[in-house]
Amino acid sequence: MSSQALVEIRDVNFAYDSRPILKGVNLTFPKGKVIAVMGGSGCGKTTLLQLIGGALKPSSGYVKVDGQVIHELDHKGLYLMRRRMGMLFQFGALFTDMSVYDNVAFQMREHTDLPEEIIRDLVLMKLHAVGLRGTHHLMPAELSGGMARRVALARTVALDPMLIMYDEPFAGLDPISLTVVGNLIRRLNDALGATSVVVTHDVQESLKIVDYIYFIADGVVVAEGTPAEISTSDKPFVHQFVHGEMDGPVPFHYPSSDYGQDLNLRPSR
Amino acid sequence: MTIVENLRFLGHRIVNAVWRIGYASRFFMLILFYSGTSFRRFHLTVKELFSSGVMSLIIILVAGTFVGMVLGLQGYETLKRYGSESALGSLVALSLVRELGPVLAALLFASRAGSAMTAEIGLMKATEQISAMEMMAINPIARVVAPRFWAGVISMPLLSALFSAMGVFGGYVVGVVLIGVDQGSFWSQMQAGVDFQHDIVNGMIKSFVFGVAVTAIALFEGYDAPPTAEGVSGATTRTVVESSLTILFLDFILTAFMFQGE
Repeated sequence: MSSQALVEIRDVNFAYDSRPILKGVNLTFPKGKVIAVMGGSGCGKTTLLQLIGGALKPSSGYVKVDGQVIHELDHKGLYLMRRRMGMLFQFGALFTDMSVYDNVAFQMREHTDLPEEIIRDLVLMKLHAVGLRGTHHLMPAELSGGMARRVALARTVALDPMLIMYDEPFAGLDPISLTVVGNLIRRLNDALGATSVVVTHDVQESLKIVDYIYFIADGVVVAEGTPAEISTSDKPFVHQFVHGEMDGPVPFHYPSSDYGQDLNLRPSR
Repeated sequence: MTIVENLRFLGHRIVNAVWRIGYASRFFMLILFYSGTSFRRFHLTVKELFSSGVMSLIIILVAGTFVGMVLGLQGYETLKRYGSESALGSLVALSLVRELGPVLAALLFASRAGSAMTAEIGLMKATEQISAMEMMAINPIARVVAPRFWAGVISMPLLSALFSAMGVFGGYVVGVVLIGVDQGSFWSQMQAGVDFQHDIVNGMIKSFVFGVAVTAIALFEGYDAPPTAEGVSGATTRTVVESSLTILFLDFILTAFMFQGE
C-alpha cells in the first residue's frame, strides 16, 4: 500500500499478565482506506483497537496515529486525539437512558458550543445518512439489533472523525442489516475522507467492502493482502478461514492428553 | 490445605482488601477532583436528583409515617407508667431527628437509590457505555459518576428531614388523634425538648455523612463491578450490605462525638 499512513503499528508486543496476545506485529493503515483485521476469537483483534485508541499501552513497540505515538500522549493529548477518532462497539453501546436523537447529539453537546438548532440539523443529517431519520424520537430499547448498530454508526461519525474503528460490526446481524451496515461503512468512509479499521470475523462481507486485509493468528500477522489476493490465497490458515473449514492450522480439538488414556481404555492384545 | 497454603490464601485476601481500599480511596478523590462539571452543568445533577431523591420519596414518606406511629404507640405505653404522657411529643421528635430519621432514611436510601446506582453504572460498564464515553474523549467520572454522587449527597439530608417530619406526623396521629394525648402539651413539649443546634443540626450532619458514604460505596461498587450479570448482581448486594454496616458504624462514631457526656 503506497498512500500516506494514518496509523502505524510497529513491533508491538502486548500481554495480559503473563499471557502474550500480540507478538511483534507490524501493520499500516493508509489514509482514506478501509482495512479489515481478521482472525479467530481471542487472537488480539480488539486489543489492537484498544491500543490504537489508547485504552491499553503496548509492552514494547509503538502505535502512531497521525504522526503521534499514542502511549506517549498525556491525558489531555489522548483526549484531543480521541476527539478525532470514532469507535463503533460490538453491540453499539448506545446510552440506554437517552433517545436516539440525544445519543447522536451527545458528542456535539459535549465537545462543541454549537447552538441547539444547528445540532438538530446535524443530528438529522447523520441519522438520514444511516437511513434512520425517522427513529430520532425512539429509545435504544425500541430498536432492532441492526437499527441500533446503525444509530451507533451515526453517533460514531457525529464529529466527522479522521479514523473510524469498528469492533465486530457484523456480529449478530440478519443478512439485510449486514449488507446495509457493510455498505454504510464503505460509503461513510469515502464521504468523510476518513480511514476505517474493521475488526471482524465476517470474511464474505468484508471482502466486498475493504481495500486491504490483515490476518492475525497466535499474536502475529500471518497473512495480508487485497481482497482479490486473499480470495485466491493458498496459505493454509487463510484458506481455512476464508472457506470456514473445520480443521486445519486452527485445530478442531483443543490440546489435551491422549483420548484413550482419558477414557481409561487399555490397548487390545 | 497445608499451613503454607492457608497463609498464602490469607495473605492474598489481605493484600486484595488493602488494594481495594486504596482503589476506592483513589476513586473517591477522582470524584471530588472531577466534580466541577456537576455544578457548572447543574442540570446533570438535577436529573440525578430526580432519580435518586424524588424517586425515593414514596418509600421514605411511608416508612417515616409508620415509624412515627410505632414510636407514638410504644412511647405512650412507656411514658404512661411514669405519668409522663405529655412528654410524648418530645420523645417522638428527639428519637426521630437524632437517630431514627438519619439512620433509617439512609438505610432505605441505600436499598432504594444506592442499589439502583450500582446496577445502573455496572450495566453501563457491562454494555460498554462507559468505554464508549471514554473513546469519545468524555470523562465518565465527571459526566456519569460525579453528578450522581452530588445528587445523593444533596438528597440524603432532605430525605432524612422528610422522614422525621412524617414520623412526627405519624406520632401525632397515634398519640393525639387516636389515643387522646393533649394536643397542646404534645407540641409544646416537643418545642421545648428539641434544640435546633444540638438535635436538628447534628441530625442533619449525620445524614450528610451517611449520604456521602452510601453514594460513594454505591458508585464505587458499580464502577468496579465485573461486566457480567453475576458481577452486577454481586455488586448490588455488596452495596446494600456495605452501606448498611457503614451507616451503623458511622452512626455510633458520630453519636459518641455529638452527644457524649449529656
